[in-house]
Amino acid sequence: MRAVIAEDSVLLRIGLVKVLETAGFDVVAETGDAEAVLAAVEEHRPGLVVLDVRMPPGFTDEGVRAALVIRQQWPDTAVLLLSQYVEERYAADLLSGDTRGVGYLLKERVADVEEFIDALRRVAGGGTALDPQVVSQLLLRRHSDPLDRLTPREREVLELMASGRSNAGIAEGLFVSESAVAKHINSILAKLDLPKADADHRRVLAVLRFLGVG
Amino acid sequence: MRIPTFLRGPFDGAGRAVALLATGVLVQCGALVVMAVPWLDGGPTKASSCLVAVVAMVAVLAAGCPLLTRMQRARFRARLGVEIPVAGRSWSWRQLGYHLAAGPLIALGGALTLLLWAASAVAATTYVWVWALPTETRLAQAGYAVQAGYLTAAGLAGLYGAAWLSRTLARLDTRAAVRRLGPSRAELLEQRVEEVTESRAGVLDAADAERRRIERDLHDGAQQRLVSMAVNLGLAKVTLTDLPEDARKVIDEAHREAKEAIAELSNLVRGLHPAVLEDRGLDAALSGIAERAPLPVGLTVDLPVRPAPAVEAVAYFVVSEALANVVKHARAGRADVRVETRGGILLVVVTDDGVGGADPTGGTGLAGLAKRVASVDGTFSISSPAGGPTIVTVELPCAP
Repeated sequence: MRAVIAEDSVLLRIGLVKVLETAGFDVVAETGDAEAVLAAVEEHRPGLVVLDVRMPPGFTDEGVRAALVIRQQWPDTAVLLLSQYVEERYAADLLSGDTRGVGYLLKERVADVEEFIDALRRVAGGGTALDPQVVSQLLLRRHSDPLDRLTPREREVLELMASGRSNAGIAEGLFVSESAVAKHINSILAKLDLPKADADHRRVLAVLRFLGVG
Repeated sequence: MRIPTFLRGPFDGAGRAVALLATGVLVQCGALVVMAVPWLDGGPTKASSCLVAVVAMVAVLAAGCPLLTRMQRARFRARLGVEIPVAGRSWSWRQLGYHLAAGPLIALGGALTLLLWAASAVAATTYVWVWALPTETRLAQAGYAVQAGYLTAAGLAGLYGAAWLSRTLARLDTRAAVRRLGPSRAELLEQRVEEVTESRAGVLDAADAERRRIERDLHDGAQQRLVSMAVNLGLAKVTLTDLPEDARKVIDEAHREAKEAIAELSNLVRGLHPAVLEDRGLDAALSGIAERAPLPVGLTVDLPVRPAPAVEAVAYFVVSEALANVVKHARAGRADVRVETRGGILLVVVTDDGVGGADPTGGTGLAGLAKRVASVDGTFSISSPAGGPTIVTVELPCAP
């Protein structure tokens, strides 16, 4: 799959190229600013774009804005945003439409190469990858209500579920069996009055709606 | 010929003092003429009209007060090089006091001193005058030489006296002018407070800017390198699967260390001045802190507008430190953070359900917090009875 990278820090960009190539992507363009990335996407029509949030010229949220343009103009292109810090607003903006092929991770996650490659593949395959910190910050906002009825274990499962992991991924992360995860998820969906859904991304969407995003 | 110091000393600076006194006399004469206007036509005769005249005189002087003050200030500057600080108001009873009382009195003293100078100069040069007289006159006055000697001595003594008087009067005049025409003590203090407030704000801003610069430098420099190194090590881990067990262990270890270094550096940067605070404000930055706290933290932030950066930084620091204290000492089950504005005050309240008994004078943490709050004129209070709960309340002034 073709991929485009937009990251203004040269060192990190080199690292990203290596990781993407290791993961089997074909990096067709790498840029350092948000304007150039749109041109590159137009030209190459990649399957995946990896974007830094903070880029020249303004060093604010150029990456988010470019991501929204890409989502709108080329809906089939998966977008993974990398950020220095978690800002729920960015996640909300990004997830406000379709959650297919969307990711929002902290930059430092790139260093966990194996997990990062997992996230890359998930997003490129139409899934969702949200940083655990994004999810827990979103949970933090909802400090009343049905969330209090969840057990600590169920909260953990909810966080991983919201971050886009599949049942197998959650089971791996918590060192439990997949059937246990399925049981937890059923319990969570019941407690939160969420519709049951089989596809991972629709489940993510439901959870995010519940958390007030999207 | 060199004149010994003890003879010359009293005259040092006397010239400038005399010039000051002379100009003082001139200014007062001018004022006197103005004041004399009501009396020009023979003067009022009845007591009531006398009163009117006096009131009119004071009124004239009061009206001319700013002008007189300017003239006096110019006089001290030109004659002595003394700069009298400008008072806050152009008119005050203190200034009028100088123009009506101290000024005229000293001018009177100055006039007498000038007379003493003249008389002493004449006396000290008696012999010159004597030689100018016709010889017969001198011969007719037996013993004139001795009397002339007395006169000369008296004249010389008078000159020394006049020099001393001149300098003393000039000193008195200067002191009176500085005290009466310059700013009052209250004004000086006010000015000083203003200056100190301004310079403190400057220092705070500079410190803030410095923190931000360090944050950016660390982020753009060391942190990027560490991430890059961790990525390379992570890649090595993933791709070099056929390495001997020992080598893979070493790579694994290095990878973990690099990631820990990244985490530590991130924590350090967050403690300085996190980028999220600058970019996105308190709400986003505080939710980051709350999320990372190892206990459940409820967060309510209600800010219609963003406060000044210095206030934001202090509020962030308060929450960060208070939560760190909760984690370290309170043995709490949960904590709650509330941030809101109330009529020009940014209110930060951090509550926990821990064991209480926090002593604001005990640890460096709370004392540092109080200091940081005081630096922006905020108030800090803590209520922490034994058994809890602990409530830290901070109020920071912020323009509404």
